[in-house]
Amino acid sequence: MSMIRKALAWLLCIPLLAGARAGAAAPGRADLPADSLYRITPLQLRDQDGARFDLASLRGRPVVLGMFYASCQVVCPLQIETLKRLQRALPHALPVVLISFDPAHDGVARLHAVAAEHRVRAPAFWLARLEHGDLDALGAVLGIAWRALPGGGGYSHNVVFNLLDRDGRIAARSDKQDGQDADFVAAAKAMFAAQ
Amino acid sequence: MRTTRCTSLRHGLPGLVLLAVAAATAHADVHYRPLPAAAFRSALAIDGASARIALPAFAMRTEPVTVAEFASFLAQHPQWQRDRVLPLYANADYLRDWQTPTVAGPEFANRQPVTQVSWFAARAYCASEHARLPRWYEWEYAAAADATRPDARSDPVRNQRLLADILRAGGEPPRPIATQPANVYGIADLGSLVWEWTEDYAAMFPNADARVAGGGPVLALCGGSALAFAAKNEYALMLRVAALTALQPIDASPHVGFRCVRDPE
Repeated sequence: MSMIRKALAWLLCIPLLAGARAGAAAPGRADLPADSLYRITPLQLRDQDGARFDLASLRGRPVVLGMFYASCQVVCPLQIETLKRLQRALPHALPVVLISFDPAHDGVARLHAVAAEHRVRAPAFWLARLEHGDLDALGAVLGIAWRALPGGGGYSHNVVFNLLDRDGRIAARSDKQDGQDADFVAAAKAMFAAQ
Repeated sequence: MRTTRCTSLRHGLPGLVLLAVAAATAHADVHYRPLPAAAFRSALAIDGASARIALPAFAMRTEPVTVAEFASFLAQHPQWQRDRVLPLYANADYLRDWQTPTVAGPEFANRQPVTQVSWFAARAYCASEHARLPRWYEWEYAAAADATRPDARSDPVRNQRLLADILRAGGEPPRPIATQPANVYGIADLGSLVWEWTEDYAAMFPNADARVAGGGPVLALCGGSALAFAAKNEYALMLRVAALTALQPIDASPHVGFRCVRDPE
């Protein structure tokens, strides 16, 4: 009986050990730095193609994180173009994730339309909506705030980009509208140089 | 209620029974009072014009959250104790003057409003009461009342007293709650003891950086411009907005506390 149990335990251990090895490549939350954004759970997103992913799955590479809303006519389109320009200015691929702060209106179809209009594609450039998680807390952590205008006329909001390092720590933040933030670009380049 | 629990602990088994009863009724002891839906004129200007805000009904906590209540929350939610909280949610000032991570100590009165709490911690507390932080307009609407009038804002004596209160609140530890009469809604201490976090404080955009879909600045408050305040006599309110919007959500000031609100069921 106990032999069988031991044998069973061994059998069960094999996938567990395999899992532990896989875990070394994609570690859980336990070894994240205390100030990592990936410690905030759950933050489950859905992108412009309908694909679901957890924000923490971005771990392992630098990424730019911002927020927007799809029906925004002036600032948000500019924001997307600014970030495309930033991506072109860098020697390595730097993925961008823009999360809608208006998920009630910004479904997948709408995100898809905006992505098509600006010719951006995942996994280089995600437009995403939060499916599960605390949107207000995420905004506060990112230094992004928005306020619905009375009468349903859109939002008053700020525009802030955050550069996350591979462990989800905020390494740089920019509120420059023209993408000419030298400190932000330098921080991104330094991050690639360190890899 | 906290006093009852502490006393009862000294009396053995009957005390434990009392403790269990007290724990079961912890939330029942907290009072929320309903405020009716209203068309409220905010003192904050939007596009240079006084804003008339359609506010749905809500219920507000009659008193700010106290030191004793927050200590009880920390015991039940240890992830919010100052030595365990994520640095994304609170800076080093968070409950810094407490004697231990769970005990405020003799410097604090139990009936004193809790301060030195971050916006994130205040939200978490409210969630534990099945509530949320008030939005700015809700807070402003409730605070416009005094003991006899739903809108006392045109009374210069009242405004002068609020100004004196807010100036004093910046210089000394908060006084105990509920020593002054509650307002017509049954809500006490609004605008008199501490600054209070609001859910949307970060979106009030006090500087020219505020943006809107159409382009121009929408809420330009206090940044050298009283014009953004439709009601220029409400200097205390302007001070309040200026102080709040200068804070980061991880900041924990000795003068900023909070209370919670609930949506109608």
